[in-house]
Amino acid sequence: MKKILVVCGNGLGTSLMMEMAVKDVVKKIGLDAMVDHEDLSSATGSKADIWVAAADVAAQLKEAGKENIISLVNIFDKASIEEQLNTILND
Amino acid sequence: MVNFFEFMLGLLKEPALMVGLIAFIGLVAQKADTSTILKGTIKTVMGFLILGFGAGALIGALNNFSTIFTQAFGVSGVIPNNEAIVAIAQEAFGYEMALIMFFAFVVNIVLARITPLKYIFLTGHHTMFMSMLVAVILSTADITGVALVALGSTIVGSLMVIMPAIGQKYTEKVMGTDQLAIGHFSTLSYVISGYIGSKFGDTSKSTEEINVPKSLMFLRDTPVAIATTMGTFFLLASIVAGSDFVEEISNGQNWVVFTFIQSLTFAGGVYIVLQGVKMLIAEIVPAFKGISDKLVPGAKPALDCPMVFPVAPNAVLIGFLCSFAAGLVAMGIQGAFGWTIIVAGVVPHFFVGGAAGVYGNATGGLRGAVLGSFTQGLCISFLPMLLLPVLGGLGLEATTFADFDFGVVGLILGWMVQ
Repeated sequence: MKKILVVCGNGLGTSLMMEMAVKDVVKKIGLDAMVDHEDLSSATGSKADIWVAAADVAAQLKEAGKENIISLVNIFDKASIEEQLNTILND
Repeated sequence: MVNFFEFMLGLLKEPALMVGLIAFIGLVAQKADTSTILKGTIKTVMGFLILGFGAGALIGALNNFSTIFTQAFGVSGVIPNNEAIVAIAQEAFGYEMALIMFFAFVVNIVLARITPLKYIFLTGHHTMFMSMLVAVILSTADITGVALVALGSTIVGSLMVIMPAIGQKYTEKVMGTDQLAIGHFSTLSYVISGYIGSKFGDTSKSTEEINVPKSLMFLRDTPVAIATTMGTFFLLASIVAGSDFVEEISNGQNWVVFTFIQSLTFAGGVYIVLQGVKMLIAEIVPAFKGISDKLVPGAKPALDCPMVFPVAPNAVLIGFLCSFAAGLVAMGIQGAFGWTIIVAGVVPHFFVGGAAGVYGNATGGLRGAVLGSFTQGLCISFLPMLLLPVLGGLGLEATTFADFDFGVVGLILGWMVQ
């Protein structure tokens, strides 16, 4: 089972909204995954197989040494989530 | 039997259990399995309790800051921070807030279903903050019980479709689609910035064509940002108040050490509150969305402000800097007139100023971003000051509601009920 962590600045609004979109995609492609959301501050100390964030926060996650990051320009763009998720899974 | 009814009544009078019940209803309505219902309900109740722990942690530091600030500058200093004020207010108004929030979701769905304003407001923490603001103002005016909940939830639920609609003209321009809306009660900040950009801006030069130092992005980390600003202003206040006075408050602890520890305690307290809010809304919002998806075909989600950040990352930083500069200017003006000083916080200026920068850039390029975010920065520095008197006893706390719409709604409502 994969652990997917969705991150935004406060871990309140944006990441929760993105989590709902990610869960829809995970369900659609039938991936066995646990999806959760968190604030950027806590995320630096957390572990996950795959990370999801808006482009600006994604850059910060990368700086913090995270790998397998899905970076989104439109946070509700399920097509982009699916495409990037598949790229990571096929690696 | 009487005891049983009293027990049930007592159960529902407890706001933590009230929010748990909201999550429970949402999860059952979504036909979730038993373990999910149990987990979701427990986490929601705990989220509410954690708010209280956070309030307990930050209020001491806040009061110390307030005492030292007043001694230093002769006027009171108030920190605009939604999480802090809501955490403090939940003890007295948590029950009213929970009920207003629940029925506001219902009102939102009904309005989206029967009116052309097809917005579903998904920023749960802002619904919660607005419910608290309305609960406080109506209670202060002695409106109670069913009238309070009916009136309060109608107001909050209506705002959940009206505010995204007001911002939509500019949001469409920013996002390039009409399928998303802004669901953040700083709408008027974005509208003002978008309007100023369109009137006084110059679209020939975008913020994205210039180089902006990305090093400031560390402020995206909220506890760090709060600790940084609080530390700076607290230190300034401590220096002016003098080491003797500070060490009297600190019971002899070195004044510099005391200043920093208190600043970090406040930031840590806000962090706890954030975790509580996160747990409180994490089950309620998806349930709200799941139900609205079924009941409102063609609904448009109204999303939190960082939605616009990836569109123009430079505009976010420029908007933040201009908004923060406006906050400092406002502090100078407030100090000069001997008014209550609204301490410029990095967090509201970063999120709201940053998003306002993106709106200003979309309608008026770099110049639009600068002028728009600076102007709204002045507004969000004076509105919280004007709001304090209508909040009753809560207006005496050293923290208050931060965003533009809270200020405007609070003032209009406060004026109407008095």
